[in-house]
Amino acid sequence: TTIMAVQFDGGVVLGADSRTSTGSYVANRVSDKIVPIHDFIWTCRSGSAADTQAVADYVKYYVDAHSMELGRLPRVRTVANLMRKICYNNKDNLMAGLIVGGWDPYEGGQVYEIPLGGTIMRQKFALGGSGSSYIYGLVDSYYREGMTREECEIFVKKSISHAMARDGSSGGVIRITTIQSTGVQRQCILGSDVCMAMRWNHDYFYHGLNQRLKDG
Amino acid sequence: MEPMAGEWTSAAHSMGTTIMAVEYNGGVILGADSRTTTGVYVANRASDKITQLTDNVYLCRSGSAADTQVVSDYVRYFLNQHTIQLGREATVKTAATLVKELAYQNKSFLQAGMIVAGWDKYDGGSVYAVPLGGTLLRLPFATGGSGSSYLYGFLDQAWRPQMSKDEAERFVVKSIALAIARDGASGGVVRTVTVNEHGVERNFFAGDKLPLFHEEIPPGRNSLLA
Repeated sequence: TTIMAVQFDGGVVLGADSRTSTGSYVANRVSDKIVPIHDFIWTCRSGSAADTQAVADYVKYYVDAHSMELGRLPRVRTVANLMRKICYNNKDNLMAGLIVGGWDPYEGGQVYEIPLGGTIMRQKFALGGSGSSYIYGLVDSYYREGMTREECEIFVKKSISHAMARDGSSGGVIRITTIQSTGVQRQCILGSDVCMAMRWNHDYFYHGLNQRLKDG
Repeated sequence: MEPMAGEWTSAAHSMGTTIMAVEYNGGVILGADSRTTTGVYVANRASDKITQLTDNVYLCRSGSAADTQVVSDYVRYFLNQHTIQLGREATVKTAATLVKELAYQNKSFLQAGMIVAGWDKYDGGSVYAVPLGGTLLRLPFATGGSGSSYLYGFLDQAWRPQMSKDEAERFVVKSIALAIARDGASGGVVRTVTVNEHGVERNFFAGDKLPLFHEEIPPGRNSLLA
């Protein structure tokens, strides 16, 4: 899995690949790893599919009740802390790496990372899943403060493409969810629209191959 | 808890490391960090992981420090004899094949990830990766060690063929700095070796010369030293 979330001024962009594997078999090549917890708060899931589905369902239930009692939109911080409590108190029995991203009217766009063990960290951008190791260098060199929504979307798409190219457990399509005060938009980037991350390999090894094939 | 003798006093030296080599227009550039660890203790913070095999071929070492030192000693010895018998300088391919033979035939005893790179007049600059297990793979750029995982995405995106010498050196230094930022087992300074038809040039980039990434504090403005 590769999951990622980036904050921008006024919202967040969440991204994920779509491969669920059991060993070397790809059980689902079009899975949706980004789930809604509330209208403007979504979560990226990584680790055990069963564990993360269970945790997300619990948090969704609690936040639903909480926001009705409150009478207004819940804070992203609240959702993240609820998730963290569940992950921390059950740390021996869970394998769940989660990224909570959302928008609230109090603090704007926020990203919280909850890795294995149940720490909670607010960050400008967060990476998770097995494929994330391969893109730390890329993300560190590419990221800058003050990116616009479009720039963040391109950043997420590029990074996840590169992770999918190198990680056997990541693949399929790229799902992007953009959350702003105006609403939530979901995108799916498929096939050849996923950028050719290994273009250097293609150019280097097949350079001249088409020409040679034509020449016979 | 024992106050003085920790596990690190008896642990084997390992080079949790970042090493890489890159082909550029006219030669190759090898780069490495300088941290050697025994457990969590940094046994040497200024080690040199790029060793010479012949005048024109160099080796980047990662994994067990002992294993890679022995392999490079053997290969240097064989190449020395080979050069004398051949009457010309050995090719990079020959050196890489020798490294591969040792790594493959002794795969159950060794823990050595190596990159062989150099320049010869037949193939120009070449980079050969010899990872754990003893594969031999020629590539335009190769990376190894614990810090290398973090670099794949960056290298796939940023490497271009036919870079100039300065571009390639900046590229190598930036990559190793990115790996040092994320990998606890890599650190210290960045050493580079440039090999081309004119010879060999060694370079050294200390902390203040390395590029900074988002949120990193520039050296000299650390509040602890105020």
